[in-house]
Amino acid sequence: MRMHIDTDVCTGHGVCEGIRPDVFEVGDDGVVHLLTEEFTEDDRQDLEDAVDQCPTQALRLEG
Amino acid sequence: MPEQHLVVVGASLAGLRAVEAARRAGYEGEITLVGAEEHLPYDRPPLSKEFLTGEVEPNYFRDEESLRTELEVDLRLGTAASELRPTERTVVAGGAELAYTGLVIATGARARELPGTPALDGVYTLRGLDDARRVRAALGPGVRTVIVGAGFIGSEIASSARATGAEVTVLEAAPVPLAGAVGERMGAACAGLHQRNGTDVRCRATVAAIEGAGAVESVVLDDGTRLSADVVIVGIGAVPETRWLAGSGVALDDGVVCDETLNAGFPGVYAAGDIARWPNPLFGETMRLEHWTTAAEQGGLAARNAIDPEQARPCATVPYFWSDWYGSRIQFVGVPTADEVRVAAGDVSADSFLALYRRGEHVCGALGLNQRRPVMKLRALIAKHGTWQDALDVAAAG
Ligand SMILES: Cc1cc2nc3c(=O)[nH]c(=O)nc-3n(C[C@H](O)[C@H](O)[C@H](O)COP(=O)(O)OP(=O)(O)OC[C@H]3O[C@@H](n4cnc5c(N)ncnc54)[C@H](O)[C@@H]3O)c2cc1C
Repeated sequence: MRMHIDTDVCTGHGVCEGIRPDVFEVGDDGVVHLLTEEFTEDDRQDLEDAVDQCPTQALRLEG
Repeated sequence: MPEQHLVVVGASLAGLRAVEAARRAGYEGEITLVGAEEHLPYDRPPLSKEFLTGEVEPNYFRDEESLRTELEVDLRLGTAASELRPTERTVVAGGAELAYTGLVIATGARARELPGTPALDGVYTLRGLDDARRVRAALGPGVRTVIVGAGFIGSEIASSARATGAEVTVLEAAPVPLAGAVGERMGAACAGLHQRNGTDVRCRATVAAIEGAGAVESVVLDDGTRLSADVVIVGIGAVPETRWLAGSGVALDDGVVCDETLNAGFPGVYAAGDIARWPNPLFGETMRLEHWTTAAEQGGLAARNAIDPEQARPCATVPYFWSDWYGSRIQFVGVPTADEVRVAAGDVSADSFLALYRRGEHVCGALGLNQRRPVMKLRALIAKHGTWQDALDVAAAG
């Protein structure tokens, strides 16, 4: 599984961080950064929730 | 076992997320998505923001091809559901009877009308794409614009209208704007953005009449004040779109009354988004939210519960909404009724501050103006029933 963040589209709502603070973080630059890129199947539902609930549709999950 | 058929009524955010979640969960039965608007599902928040200020295209979430082939949806746009017969598991839409095994009600809300408003050209509400196109065409340099309601949508329209060069007056009946959403003190703090940007906001201003001959000419207040107007935009909230459910037996009380799992009291019937009123177990309170992320979250959950009711999960969520005015972002997480509201960072008379809301020993809410970093850390903390001290620590860390 790979998570992509479109930093041109992200405006730093941080909804993803609210769902998984160990994976996403809003940086000082006002956009979201990944804290890890290692995911297992157990992470899938949370990551899909993060994609679905992103107000700017900046996230994409592959695989 | 009858053929599986998931029917989703309302083809906007909650309805779309419902369809997507059902397929992702491996559901292979039929799906019908019924939507009253002719449009493919599109995003509403931009309609009061950047859509009004430039020639931007509507943001459609998916194209028709991906809905029909990838998600294998029988898409019925321009079709309003007119009746639900929950004991027969049937929805009537556009003359067709749709027998369902699972149903997601996602018909959202419509703009509240100002009672007694005459049908004059130049008087608008803003809920959908067609409304936004009309409002956009009406705004421009020097256009005398009166906005009724200083809530979030009214405030965003005011900010956008100013950006087009319009002359804007905002009327608010309450003594302070946004008191219900963020509390009186913070409502006043948010309204400070209008002041600092030179927008005329008049509180305790009640509209007595909107007048004109054919097209609007003026707005008259109950104290006799008369404001000349080329355009009037009424932004006084939204009403859940439950009219098609009247007489169906589904309990209605300012929305569709649901249980914790969003079940609407009949087998297989779930509701999601702006229309759903449900007991949120995280707060022990019944809520109906008109927030983007809630609609997205509930759409997915309602569909998963509708296709697999045995495993139905509760909707436990910390409310979140945002609003963008004059290039500033307001974010609120949690609930605003609190024992104490404390400004923990920044300055309420400037364009950046963070306020925390306390209930007993716990943090229950947070409001940020241009405070993107801490707000969602606080949302995660509220979800864990974090203490007041924990919240103060997050705020101090910035
Ligand atoms: C201008 C605007 C700006 C906003 N900005 C923000 C923001 O900044 N932040 C935020 O958090 N939230 C914002 N929101 C709120 C957010 O857009 C809503 O919470 C969200 O759209 C709710 O989604 P929904 O699918 O539940 O309902 P809706 O989006 O209301 O969709 C319901 C759909 O059902 C259709 N329908 C109605 N009746 C029937 C019927 N009988 N049969 C078939 N279809 C029917 C309607 O036509 C509509 O397409 C904004 C809303 C608006 C209008």
